[in-house]
Amino acid sequence: MSSKPTNVVIAGLGGQGVIKASDILADVAFSAGVDVKKSELHGMSQRGGSVSSDVRFGERVYSPMVPEGEADFLVVIAPDQIAVNQSVLRAGGILIEPSMIDESKLTTKKSVNVALLGVLSHHLDFPVDAWTAALKRNLPEKLHEANLISFSIGRNQ
Amino acid sequence: MALLSGDEAVAMAAFEAGVKIGTGYPGTPSTEILETFAKLGGKAQWAPNEKVALEVGVGVAFAGARALVTMKHVGLNVAADPLFTVAYIRLDGALVVVSADDPGMASSQNEQDNRRYAQAAGVTMLEPSDSQEAYEFTLQAIEISERWQVPVLLRITTRVCHSKTLVRRGMVQIPAPRPAHFEHDFPSRVMIPAYAKPAHLRMRKTLAEIAEWNNSKGPNLLLAGSPSLGIITSGVAFQYAREAAPQAGILKIGMTYPLPIDRMSRFAGSVKKCVVIEEGDPYLVEAAGDAGIEVEGKQEMYRFGELNSDRVRRILAEDSTPEPKRAPGKPPALCPGCPHRNVYTILKELDCIVAGDIGCYSLGVLPPFEAMDSLVCMGAAIGVGLGLRHSLPAEEAKRVVSVIGDSTFVHSGITGLVEMVYNPPATGHVVIILDNGTTAMTGMQEHPGTGRTLEHAKTGKVVFEDLARSLGVRNVHVVDPVAEPEKLKTLIETCLESLQLSVVIARRNCLLAAGSIREYERCHEQ
Repeated sequence: MSSKPTNVVIAGLGGQGVIKASDILADVAFSAGVDVKKSELHGMSQRGGSVSSDVRFGERVYSPMVPEGEADFLVVIAPDQIAVNQSVLRAGGILIEPSMIDESKLTTKKSVNVALLGVLSHHLDFPVDAWTAALKRNLPEKLHEANLISFSIGRNQ
Repeated sequence: MALLSGDEAVAMAAFEAGVKIGTGYPGTPSTEILETFAKLGGKAQWAPNEKVALEVGVGVAFAGARALVTMKHVGLNVAADPLFTVAYIRLDGALVVVSADDPGMASSQNEQDNRRYAQAAGVTMLEPSDSQEAYEFTLQAIEISERWQVPVLLRITTRVCHSKTLVRRGMVQIPAPRPAHFEHDFPSRVMIPAYAKPAHLRMRKTLAEIAEWNNSKGPNLLLAGSPSLGIITSGVAFQYAREAAPQAGILKIGMTYPLPIDRMSRFAGSVKKCVVIEEGDPYLVEAAGDAGIEVEGKQEMYRFGELNSDRVRRILAEDSTPEPKRAPGKPPALCPGCPHRNVYTILKELDCIVAGDIGCYSLGVLPPFEAMDSLVCMGAAIGVGLGLRHSLPAEEAKRVVSVIGDSTFVHSGITGLVEMVYNPPATGHVVIILDNGTTAMTGMQEHPGTGRTLEHAKTGKVVFEDLARSLGVRNVHVVDPVAEPEKLKTLIETCLESLQLSVVIARRNCLLAAGSIREYERCHEQ
């Protein structure tokens, strides 16, 4: 792994599972044994406002926040939040958003966050088993099946 | 190794150190510390406010046990009274006070820098820069507190509290807690002037000893780098400095009061140019300047908001051109179905002047309601409303209403109600308690008005209507703002016209908490 960290920003609205998605991604990176930092702001933002969370991983990570214009990946769960967050993406960075998946195939609309992680997983080096394990660790058991399906729908786009 | 938030790391360390009681008042970004401490098996409890929490912590330390007291930065204002005097007092156990500051105001009414409190009160302060240090410094704070018999402030900031970073445990070992026991020690703990005068001298002497220790053995980090640029920094700003200037030498200060002045001086003297990178107030740069150390600070524009690696690059480049602005996101709003909505609709229809307060319901100031005229601090709704009533011409005074949430009322509203009864305005007054059965803003914490403990077990309950009546308020009404909005409107109108003192309790559980509350109540019945 290079000395420059991989930068991912996940964005959306309060209640869409932005923080949960970033927890899962950070957990996958953690289980791969690399340095990882995850940052978020919550509080007022829980009341339906914009929420974003940064995940950085690599050999050594200092700031927990992804600098402006340095995100390798921007995952946006709410389409109207793309414009707001676009500036964080570096030139050539990859935008991952809901139109990339067939939402009608998801067993629950609440798992768009996990489906988009599936799309993201395609671009990262972590093994699929690590994703499955992290999903299970971060979600209650009754939601495992639906989310694993959503994840694979995203991953196989 | 674990991936933990700073809040979780503080809780983990406190639990491992055998902290007897964790107490505090919920406030972003500090809330998760006590919740995690409870989950780990520690005894954690919500106090009605930060002042009471700190006083309980002082008692724990008088008993020779270890106390952790948590709050957000503005909470320390409430707890400042005991803080300034406990600084004089010789403790037996450990007293660690966590101040979670919110530079950038992610969820606060100001961005005060509580390093100033450490200096003003003469309280030793540690400042971690990530979760690893949040863990280690909590242990060290306990050790320092017991070694010098002083309270210790642990200052963390939003980015430390809510960022998850790797934590390796077992690197710091501290002595096991001693069994709790009481010994009389009048001159050390009873701060009458005769005892407080020598206690102040003793405090300054102890601080001088701690400063000396900080110079030689304090939790400070020196990273060798280029002799052309040195950076003195503390807290999370250290991470930004490392990223923005990987070649620079760095002195990261872990104990920011009392400062390791000699060490700072030696470091500044070893580099051609020494820049202080700190978030918030120019605290380190002023202290360095006062000690005759030649350092450069940041431009005034970087005093506002959080720092990040981009801003640190700009500070180092002495760039004061306007910063690029990020597109504004979607602002938060009262949830659809929130019981506060009807109250604000009614207050707007009645053209009220609304002295407001702190909680989800602060969002009543935003469109579509725009029905809240002031927000100052916890509990201020009542005092501010009374001040308006006393001074406005009668026709305007009659439209003044104070609006306060249930948890906020318990925190700081009760004395306001006493003031209302004691110094009633000529036009009377109307206080509306928005009782949604939880501390919703910070994430559904319990409070004395819910009758449930931090862990949702049944306990004593403060009943607002009984309390108001016992204080001498004659017009006390309880109404459901969702089921009976018309009744609520008529009631507020009647109270306003009566020119008497009224308390209206708009009671309906928060929509997000209602399910859990039903579940807790069902468990209690069984």
